[in-house]
This record gives sequence, C-alpha cells and structure tokens, in this order.
Amino acid sequence: MITSLLWLIPVLPLLGFVINGLGRNTLSKGAVGFIGSGVVLASFMLSVCFFFELSSSVEKQFTVNFFDWISVGDLKIPLSFLYDPLSAIMLLIITGIGFLIHIYSTAYMHEDAGFGKFFAYLNLFIFFMLILVLGSNYIVMFIGWEGVGLCSYLLIGFWFTNNSYASAAKKAFVMNRIGDLGFLLGVFLMFQVFGSLEFAKVFPQAANMLPGDNTMAIIGILLFIGACGKSAQLPLFTWLPDAMAGPTPVSALIHAATMVTAGIYMIARSSVVFDLAPFTQNIIAIVGAATALIAALIALTQTDIKKVLAYSTVSQLGYMFLGLGVGAYTGSFFHVLTHAFFKALLFLGAGAVIHSLHHEQDMRHMGGLKAKLKTTFATMMIGTIAIAGIPPFSGFFSKDEILAHAYQHSPVLWGVGVLTAFLTAFYMFRMMFLTFYGKFRGSHHTEEHIHESPKAMTIPLVVLAILAAVGGLLNIPHVFGGNEWLAHWLTGAKVTQSHLELDHTTEFTLMGVSVLAAVVAILLAYSKYVKKAEVPVADEAPRTALEKLSYHKFYLDEIYDAIIRKPLDAFSTFFYKIIDNKVIDGLVNGLGWTANEGSKSLRLLQSGNVGYYIMMMVIGIVALLLYTYLSIA
Amino acid sequence: MELLILIFLPLVGAIATALFAKQNTAKVAALAFSIFSLAVAIGLLCKFTPDASTQFSVNYQWIRQLGINFHVGIDGISMITVLLTNVLTPLIILASYKHEYKNANAFYALILFMQAGLLLVFTALDAFLFYIGWEAALIPIYFICATWGGKDRIKVNMKFFVYTIAGSLFMLLGIIYLYLQNPANNFELAEFYKLELDSTQQGWIFWAFFIAFAIKMPIFPFHTWQPDTYTTAPTPGTMLLSGIMLKMGIYGVIRWLLPVVPHGVQDWSCVVMLLAVIGVVYAAIIAFMQKDAKRLVAYSSISHVGLIAAGIFTLSHQGLQGSMVQMLSHGINVIGLFFVLDIVQSRLGTNKVDELGGLAKVAPQLAITFLIILLGTVALPGTNGFIGEFLLLMSVYNYHAWLGAVAGLTIIFGAVYMFRSYQKIMLGETNALTASFKDINGTEKVVLYTICALIIVIGVYPKPLLQISDASVQHLLEQINHKLTGVN
Repeated sequence: MITSLLWLIPVLPLLGFVINGLGRNTLSKGAVGFIGSGVVLASFMLSVCFFFELSSSVEKQFTVNFFDWISVGDLKIPLSFLYDPLSAIMLLIITGIGFLIHIYSTAYMHEDAGFGKFFAYLNLFIFFMLILVLGSNYIVMFIGWEGVGLCSYLLIGFWFTNNSYASAAKKAFVMNRIGDLGFLLGVFLMFQVFGSLEFAKVFPQAANMLPGDNTMAIIGILLFIGACGKSAQLPLFTWLPDAMAGPTPVSALIHAATMVTAGIYMIARSSVVFDLAPFTQNIIAIVGAATALIAALIALTQTDIKKVLAYSTVSQLGYMFLGLGVGAYTGSFFHVLTHAFFKALLFLGAGAVIHSLHHEQDMRHMGGLKAKLKTTFATMMIGTIAIAGIPPFSGFFSKDEILAHAYQHSPVLWGVGVLTAFLTAFYMFRMMFLTFYGKFRGSHHTEEHIHESPKAMTIPLVVLAILAAVGGLLNIPHVFGGNEWLAHWLTGAKVTQSHLELDHTTEFTLMGVSVLAAVVAILLAYSKYVKKAEVPVADEAPRTALEKLSYHKFYLDEIYDAIIRKPLDAFSTFFYKIIDNKVIDGLVNGLGWTANEGSKSLRLLQSGNVGYYIMMMVIGIVALLLYTYLSIA
Repeated sequence: MELLILIFLPLVGAIATALFAKQNTAKVAALAFSIFSLAVAIGLLCKFTPDASTQFSVNYQWIRQLGINFHVGIDGISMITVLLTNVLTPLIILASYKHEYKNANAFYALILFMQAGLLLVFTALDAFLFYIGWEAALIPIYFICATWGGKDRIKVNMKFFVYTIAGSLFMLLGIIYLYLQNPANNFELAEFYKLELDSTQQGWIFWAFFIAFAIKMPIFPFHTWQPDTYTTAPTPGTMLLSGIMLKMGIYGVIRWLLPVVPHGVQDWSCVVMLLAVIGVVYAAIIAFMQKDAKRLVAYSSISHVGLIAAGIFTLSHQGLQGSMVQMLSHGINVIGLFFVLDIVQSRLGTNKVDELGGLAKVAPQLAITFLIILLGTVALPGTNGFIGEFLLLMSVYNYHAWLGAVAGLTIIFGAVYMFRSYQKIMLGETNALTASFKDINGTEKVVLYTICALIIVIGVYPKPLLQISDASVQHLLEQINHKLTGVN
C-alpha cells in the first residue's frame, strides 16, 4: 500500500492548491476552508496509516520511482520518494500540525479579503514541504527546499500592499538563496565524489570513507550553509524575525514548526556524511551555540510578542544545530518534534491574543489578559513551561538530551547551552507576565472588546498543549528507565547518534543544573514583571548600551547593509555608469570613430548610409543568383 | 522536402503579407503564417528520430563553380533551435496584437522574413548558406528597430548594425579561409569537420568565428550595443532579438566552432570561460540599480547568456545539454518578461520602476503570470529555468570549482534584481498613475498563459526535450574528442 499510494500524500494538498487557487474568488469561504483543511487532513490520515504499516513491517525503507526527471549523460535524477522512519515522522508533523493550523486559520483569516488565496498558498506550502521530506535524492529535496522558500515569500508578503512586508518577503527569499547556493555547490561536489545524488547510493559509499576526509568536510560545510539559510542560523538568520510580517498562522506553521527545521532534517538525513567530518561538526556546534545565545539575548528586550517568539525560534534552532554538531542527531530531531508542538502552540496562542486585541502586537499595550483569555492563557502557559525545560514537559527531555551530549563533547558548549536555557526561561516568562498578568495597558476601547477566540482557534491550541505536555514521552532516556522509542525508531532510517557515556550521577547533575537555571530565571522574571510590574520603556526613552545592543539585534541588519548591500549597489552604479558606459562602450565607439576618421579619404565611395549598404548587399546576392542562372544556361 | 517548406513558408508569408495584406489584416496574415510554420515544425518533430543523424536533408547544387550548395538538414541540436524559432514567432506576433504599427504589412512581413533567415541559420549545412542566413536575419531586424523603434533609434541601430556586421565580417574571413583550406573546394560543414588544421590556424579561425558569435549573444565585453538596442526597439523587435536572434550566436558556437576547431577551442576556452563568468556576475550587478525595467531585463539577459556560453565551453555533456534547454527556456522567459513590460508601458507610458507600484492589487492576473515568468527566470526548481541553470552550473563547477561558485552567484543576484523590480512594479500601494490600471485581457491572456504553461511543463517534465538533442550532443562530443585525441 505504501508504494502504490504514497504519491497521494503530497498530491492531495497540491489538488487543494489548484482548486482553491482557481476558485479563490468564486468559492465560498466555507468551501475554501473545508477543501483546504480537508486535503491536509486526508494526507494526515494517510500518513498515520502508513506509519503503522511501516512500524509493523520488517522492511524499513520504501522507494517509489515515478519518472526520470533530469537525465543527462551520467547524471540521472529520478523523481522518486523515499519513505522511511525519518520521513514518516516528518510527514506526521507536517500534515498533523499543518491540519491544526489550517483549522485555526479558518477563523483567524475569516475577515481577510484574501481568504481563498491564503488557503491556496498554505496548501501549496504543505505540498512542497512534503516533497522536501519525501525526496529520495538531494535534487527532489531541493524542489521542496526552494518551493517552501517560494511559499514563505508569498505568505510573508501576503499583505503585499504594505511595502515593508513586501521587503521582508524579498529579504527572506534572498537570504535563503544565499544558503541555497551553498546547498547546490555541496550537491555538485557530492556528485563528483559519489557519481550519484540518491541517498541510497551516496550514504553507503560515504560510510566507507575515512573519518577526517577533507572532501567530506567541504561537502558538510556547503550543505550546512544551505541549512543556515533555511533554518535561520548565524550569519543568515536576520530574515526570520522580519518574516513575522506574515499572518500569524504562517509564522506558526512555516517559521516555527516545519520549514525552518528543514535544515536540521537535511543534516540528520545526511548524518553519515557529517559523522565523517569532525571539523565541520565543530563548526556546526559552535554556530548553533552562538546563534542560540545571541538570539536569546535579543529576545530579552523585544516588545513585539511575535518578535520574541521569532527570536526564540532562532535560538531553539541554534540548540538543534548544537545537537547536530555534537553528534546528537536523534536528540536534535527529538527537539524538532517537541519544538514543533510547543512553538506552534505559542505562535497560535500569540495569534489568539493579537486577534482579540484587534491586531495589537506590542506587549507594552497588553497585560492582564489572564482572566479574559482563559484557554489561550492556560495553553500558552503549558507551551512556555515546555520551552523553559521544566520536567516533565516535552521541552525538558529533548533539550536535556542535547545538553548531555554537548557536555560530553565540550563543557563550554554545555555552559552556553545552559546559559541560553536560563535566558529562554526568562524571556518567555517575561512575555507571559507582560501579556497576561498585571493590568491591561491598552486603550479603553480595545479593552471592552477583548474576547476569547472561537472554537476553531482554541481547539488546535488545546490539542497542541496536550502534545507539548506529553510529547517528551516519545523518547524517555534510559536514566529515567525509558526505552528511547524515537531513537530506536530512527535507526531504521540510519540516523543514529554517538553513545552517551556519562554515568547517571553526572546526567542527573546536569539536568539539575539546567532545571535550576530555568527556575531561577522564572523567579527573576516574576519579581521583575509581576511583583515590580515593570513595563519595557517606550522606544524614545534612553536605554543602556547593552539594552540597545539587544533591542537593535546587535545592529546586524545595519552591518549587512553597510558591508554588503550598499557596496554592491555602489558597484552596480559604478559598473554601469563608468565601466560599461564610459570604458567599454567608449572603446567600442572609439574604434568606430577611428575607422570613421581613417576612412574620410574613402568617403566618396561610401555614403555612410546603412540602407545603402544593405541595398548593395541585396544587389550582390541578386548578382550571385544571376551568375548561377547564367552558368547553368 | 518538408524542410524546404519549413524554411520557405515564412518567406512566402513575408512576401504575401508585404504585397497583399492591408493595414488591418497584416497581423492576422502574419499570425496565420507563423502558426502554419509552427505546425510544420511540429510535423517535423513527430517524424524526427532522436538519434544523432541529420534528418530531412536537402542538398541542391547552387553555385557549382564556387562549390556552394543549398544544403540543409536537421539534427537534434537544430531541432531545438527550430522549435524555439517557430514556437516564439507566433507568440511574438500575438503579443503585438494590441499595437497599431504604421505600414503594418511591411512590419509583419519583416518579422516573417527574419523567421526564414533564422531557420536557414539553424538548418544550414553549408557555410556560405549559413552566412547568408546570418545576414538575412539581420536585415529585417535592423529595419524593424530603425523604423518602428523609440527615441534615438537611428543612432542606436547604426551602432548595433555596424557592430554586428563588423563581427560577421571576421566570420566571413574565417569561412573563406576554411574554404581555401578545404581540398574538396566547397563550403560543406562535413568537409570542414574533416580539416586537419594546426593549432595556430585553429586559433585564428577560433577568434574570427568567436568574435562574430560573441557580439551576437552578446558576451562580456562585446555587449554594449545590446541594452540600448533592446530598450529602443519596438517590443516585437526586442523579443526577436533576445528571444531568438541571440541564439544564433550560441548555435553558431556549437555547430560551427566546437567541431571545426576543437584545438582552438581547447586552447582558448579558459579565456572564454573567464569572460563568460565575469559577464554573468557583472551584468547581474549592473541590473541591481537599473531604473528602467526594460534595461534591467536586457542586462539580466547578458547575465543568463554568459552562463549558457560558459556551459558550452566546458565541452561536457551536461554543459551542452544545459545550454540546449536553457536556450529554449531563456527565449520563453525573456519574451514573457518583455511582454509584461510592454503591457505596463502601453497602459501607463513608462517602464521606470520608481514611477510604478501596486499593480498586483489592481491586476492580479498580471501579477500571477509575471511571478511565474519571474520564477522561471530565477530558476526555481519546477520551472524551465532550473533545468538549464542546474545543468549549466554543474558543468561549470566540474570545469573549475571556484568558477562554478562565482557563476553560482547568479542564483542569488538574479533573485535580488528580479524580486526588487517585482516589488517596485507590482507590490506596495498603487499611486495616482497605477490606480486605474486594467488587468490583462484577450490576446494578452493567451500569450501569458501559454508562456506560463510552457515554463511549468518544461520544468516538471523536461525529459522529452532533453531527449531531442541528447544523441546529437553526445555525437558532437565524441567528434570533438576524436579530433582532440587524434585517434582515427
């Protein structure tokens, strides 16, 4: 059944895209929502069926070949899918969370004029995301990889009449393209080395190479550059916070739960290659840790609720890369899973808050919403506890698995990780306290209209809250007597990780430290934002240098502008006005002028009229024809 | 016989349109003839066997004393360029439907005349015939641009004409030299393939031909005629130039340069690769700051064509096949872009991006089709542009990793300038000028939908297209290697 029906999983959302795209102006909102959500639900149900079939099957890999896509010389790229334990889980995340977010969107986007267009784009995104995880080679993966980038562009710029939103969309696409070049170059090199781009052919060959091989290191770095673009790591992460210009369900689905984890998926998928490149792994670990820390520092002072969550996402993605870098592939993937639950939940919760406050996103104008938005508050609190790493919520297990491996690799990396965990707990509770505690700080008019969101929005919140609470059960470590179900499951996809050689006392100590850090952070946030009821200062008010650095995102956008964008634009003008128009064209015109001057003596023969020349040519051709005719005669 | 119909049908159409059509029937007549031509081409494609052989050959003695024959035929490589010509010509004519050109019968006759010249270039197996086609294609486009063009058209076209003629004179010298060296005393391509020239001779011939082709494409630094010409030409002229005519240069390299003087190619390929890749990046960077969208597309075209040239000179299967697909894809995409700009220009009287904005709000159909064409241009997987660019970049990377990495910047820079101009033209709020913009209708829809369909179909299922030229490319490479290694 898997091999014969697998194509349906991505094709159903594609069908939804086509129907909703064509019928966006004619279909009723109910029909659009029904079709848009229905196709994703159908895909989800198929994914569940296949999942159970896979778990009961001895064979853990199914390849489905459709047709030769590009076939030139020794380069053969079939359009084919690979269904294995890794893609099985990804399918469940994408279609499962995707479905919840579609349902949520039917209410959230209900008043929007572009309702049909929105669902069409959302379906298209699901389609490309499924292609990304189903591809059996790097190029099919790349179709999805760039396709989700396109959908991200379309959805960030969904309200395109706002020029800054359109700019954010463009920035996302371009930053992703920088990564994509790395990805492509990595693919080219891989083809040179292995003569194929099929996972099934590349990995067995790679497994035979010696660890520390230079080529593997370069392939790894190039692929990692691709991952940095898509998964928003240093130095390419600045597009993700701007991407919050898109509607909130988009932020939840694309910029938290699914697309941005594509880089982690890709590296976990290629773990064989990365295991052979310790140098590259170190780079990944360091970049991941640095991104986690810097993004967390920026999140401390943000005042826009979505921006806090965006930086939090960047920071959590950094965690996952830290995990990949220290060889904890299953740990990182576990975090992808739990993060998808709690971050989708948090974004959707933030969306519910924004929805109820008539598009207010600034936390300085919120406060005291706890009583009025009970479900939203309760579910978001669960998500916040989960991300803060408090046991037994899901984030605790996945985060601590990464931290334990980081410790084994280098205590410094572990230290950065724990510091980030401390900051995470602080800024997340800061967000919760500023939003839900104290007194309402917005206008009186808004306050009167605060209301809990409709069921279509709250039910997905509840479902996600349950998952965020218990998701950790999927991979309970041995130290708690668990059996690490997820890790075992993923060995079927050849994703394994280095063995943890810490004794149980060390493991418990490490956990204790990180939980303690989180608890201290929560208490600090409580005393600052609840007890002292502090509110972040207005934009005009003076800030300390450190606050400024954080609030202005370490001025990274300004730096990139100054060292990349502006010089390139200056080069553009210089190349155009000077090199092209003056130097090269000057030379060409100079040659023409010289010829002209030099031939003044011959002027009597030449009229300088192009029409005249052409006439002479025609006469010449006619003469030739005549000559032929006469010679035949 | 079919091939003669293919070549002469547009010529007959040109004469009929010029003599019999009226102002208002000229475009209909031209469209009808171009569609017949397309039908003939499709008929040929159906009968075509995708192996390396030359098919539908016709060989008449023309000027016996000079050894000139009317020898034409089609192999896989020609087939692609013939398809390119005959698919694009009706689209170009249809795209001009909303315009009223003065002396329309002359205008459309020239388009058809040019089509005949192009087809001759793409099928000629005799160097003299090739040269006649080469110049015959230039004459009509000169008159189209110089008569119906915009401001400064005389001056700009003079430069274009003199520049390209100067280039082709070098080629003529090369052809005559090869003819003199040829013991068979004729201009047959097959005889030229057999010539044993030493590497000095090959070097001279290489440059004689290459300059003509490099100016036509154009390759950096022979490109400065191009942006002015594209900008001042009437839109059908720009489309003919960018969509089809520049492929004469690419085709010339593949057909007349690589197999005839492979040693010359080998000796100088590094220089050409360098120029081509510089052109890719240089033109892309210039495109960043262009205020005139038409000029922006002109520079983007230089960038894309540079990559095609680089791919060809890698002398690899992927590079050549990539160039075949990309020739077709670039033709489709670039006329799509110029058409979109023509629609904007004819409604609003400007192509200056700073004066536009917000069109997506008032013209959603235009926004969608423009976006699809743009995605093809920036080579998104699933569009036609990806197939070609992927193969080309891969071949350049295999030739030299760093060169490949630099050429690869095109995927970033292309996104920058295309999305920048898309934003400036289509997104944001409408202004006083753009608020009353009317969405596309009638023939505009037909043209843009066709282009979008081609972009997606080729991108999703390129296999049939790749198969047309695969065996011929393979054969060509064997021929070259054979000559290079000197094994008989």
